[in-house]
Amino acid sequence: MAGIPHDHYEPKTGFEKWLHERLPIISLAYDTLMIPTPKNLNWMWIWGVVLAFALVLQIATGIVLAMHYTPNVALAFDSVEGIMRDVNAGWALRYTHANGASLFFFAVYLHIFRGLYYGSYKSPREVTWIIGMLIYFAMMATAFMGYVLPWGNMSFWGATVITGLFGAIPGIGETLQTWLLGGPSVDNATLNRFFSLHYLLPFVLAALVAVHIWAFHTTGNNNPSGVEVRRGSKEEAERDTLPFWPYFVVKDLFALSVVLTIFFAIVYFMPNYLGEPVNYAKANPLSTPAHIVPEWYFLPFYAILRAFTSDVWIVQFAHFITGGIVDAKFFGVIAMFGSLIAVVLVPWLDTSRVRSGKYRPSFKWWFWLLVLDFLVLMWCGSQPPSSLIAGISLIGAAYWFGYFLVILPLLGLLEKPLPVPETIEADFDSHYPPKDASASAAE
Amino acid sequence: MTKRTILAALVAFGLGVGGVQASEGGHVTDFAFSFEGPFGTYDQHQLQRGLQVFTEVCSACHGIHQVSLRNLGDVGGPALSKDQVKAYAAQLEVDDGNGDTRPAKPSDKFPANTSVGAPDLSLMAKARAGFHGPMGLGINQIVKGMGGAEYIASFVTGFTGKSKELAGSTLYENHVFPAGWTRMAPPLEDGQVEFADGSPNDAKSMAQDVAAFLMWTAEPKMTIRKKTGLLVVSFLVLLSALLYLSNKQLWSGPKRKG
Repeated sequence: MAGIPHDHYEPKTGFEKWLHERLPIISLAYDTLMIPTPKNLNWMWIWGVVLAFALVLQIATGIVLAMHYTPNVALAFDSVEGIMRDVNAGWALRYTHANGASLFFFAVYLHIFRGLYYGSYKSPREVTWIIGMLIYFAMMATAFMGYVLPWGNMSFWGATVITGLFGAIPGIGETLQTWLLGGPSVDNATLNRFFSLHYLLPFVLAALVAVHIWAFHTTGNNNPSGVEVRRGSKEEAERDTLPFWPYFVVKDLFALSVVLTIFFAIVYFMPNYLGEPVNYAKANPLSTPAHIVPEWYFLPFYAILRAFTSDVWIVQFAHFITGGIVDAKFFGVIAMFGSLIAVVLVPWLDTSRVRSGKYRPSFKWWFWLLVLDFLVLMWCGSQPPSSLIAGISLIGAAYWFGYFLVILPLLGLLEKPLPVPETIEADFDSHYPPKDASASAAE
Repeated sequence: MTKRTILAALVAFGLGVGGVQASEGGHVTDFAFSFEGPFGTYDQHQLQRGLQVFTEVCSACHGIHQVSLRNLGDVGGPALSKDQVKAYAAQLEVDDGNGDTRPAKPSDKFPANTSVGAPDLSLMAKARAGFHGPMGLGINQIVKGMGGAEYIASFVTGFTGKSKELAGSTLYENHVFPAGWTRMAPPLEDGQVEFADGSPNDAKSMAQDVAAFLMWTAEPKMTIRKKTGLLVVSFLVLLSALLYLSNKQLWSGPKRKG
């Protein structure tokens, strides 16, 4: 692999040499595991490993669950209860899998916001960033379809509402929605294809993860200082980095273990806390739940979807200039997808020369306001619709777009960044001063 | 679509409700149950009393068709003896697959009951949340639990005694029911069920007994789940401690702390 200079794998035994000439697989594994990693990475750099674990956990539990699940509208709900009651440790598998989705999204949000703070999306890591966002979209699709499978009443109505978003597209919407559902409404055909895709997409996800890792192993990791590893020589690079094994493997495993302690405490002691009680009632097309809500990880974007009601001026304006083609419903859909597209485009929206938010005094404030905005939107998405909630959501949505489309482009030009450390080594040494240096300073 | 569905749902709900907040489940009492908390277990005797209340009262209209009769013998559950399970099963009639009925066996499930359109109660204790707040954040559920059993016990004792006729059916006022009025008649009266061991049989005690039983029907694996959880979490705490020390040792070189 290209990138930071480091020692490469040398086949030693006869067999290794034989294999290496035919398939350099040990070399690939060695170089991946021994990749020089900036030694100043902080605890926000652990989420990648948590995410990789979550993917494996979801695939492993999911494969066993699929052995006992029946994707048929008459049998799906009862087959899930069969897993809970009659399959050996089926309850543990299902609760782990259901809460595993939450672990996955919890980690991905921290991972994404870490990237936003430390400028991990900036050149030369744009491709890593875009692939990361594709992974996130694949996760959303997978989680959404997985939520439909138990065929509870929120499964059914959630599927009805979300596929209805496609129905809002002018002209082709209704045809598109029918095509997605395999019929005029959410029914057996929908459940079957969602099951099929829910099984397929995680493997697409795994492939994307491989490409994501490949991309950032080519550019090298970003790090809290945002300064690149020196690549002039192997010796220079070694002053800025440590090999991934064992330093970061052990660090990440420790962090993973702490995260899993909390995760499994939730799985075993409050497994239904993050779920929706209504989903323990079987899907019923004749009984709409009092309040249709998606899972928590979709709520911020659900709030943006609902924020643009027909009395908002920009919606009325769009309605007017498009001759009525764009209505409030379609506007909401555009806003929701647009709010995600804005995140994809952030490498080109941020004009700052300085990569890490650590050295950007005003950026910091706007960033933390974005985090708060995300949480407020999440809360808004969970509330029954009202004019107050719509109003707060609108402000929240406006800030979301404002951050990416206005603040980030302008801030790079207006803000005066703080001095950035010369090297990663200097940044690291400022936290952990060399013994002789501190001794000489004391003299 | 979304907004229309939500709006339609709210309007439909609003008509039936008369303005009661949709997502709040009325005034749910925080009863103390033996199965609360990370170490809580089912009270075998309470489950047996609850089974009796369910059999003599609730089962007239409701089924619990997800529950296998053999599970009545589960240790950690009602823990009936083999003979008791057999005898209990024998008094139930199930479909024999040929359009007729036969006495049930322990290998059967409880029969479904759709005679009056009442919902199945197998999962009701998980399909309702008693606590939501504050501010819809659900933090109370961390402290008090989800509150499904509390909801059921509150609901069956939550009738005010008022009733009204609407479109040919009688509605009974109940402040715990989100809509305020329900088609279910007040089910329990003081002394309605006689317990063999002379346990209190006022409506409130029986309500708690049957709510505990329905929590068990909804979550029969709770005891093993919590036991396993304790093991898993203890293991992970130990593993975390060891990894913490390994990490500290490993990094003491680069961090010049050795």
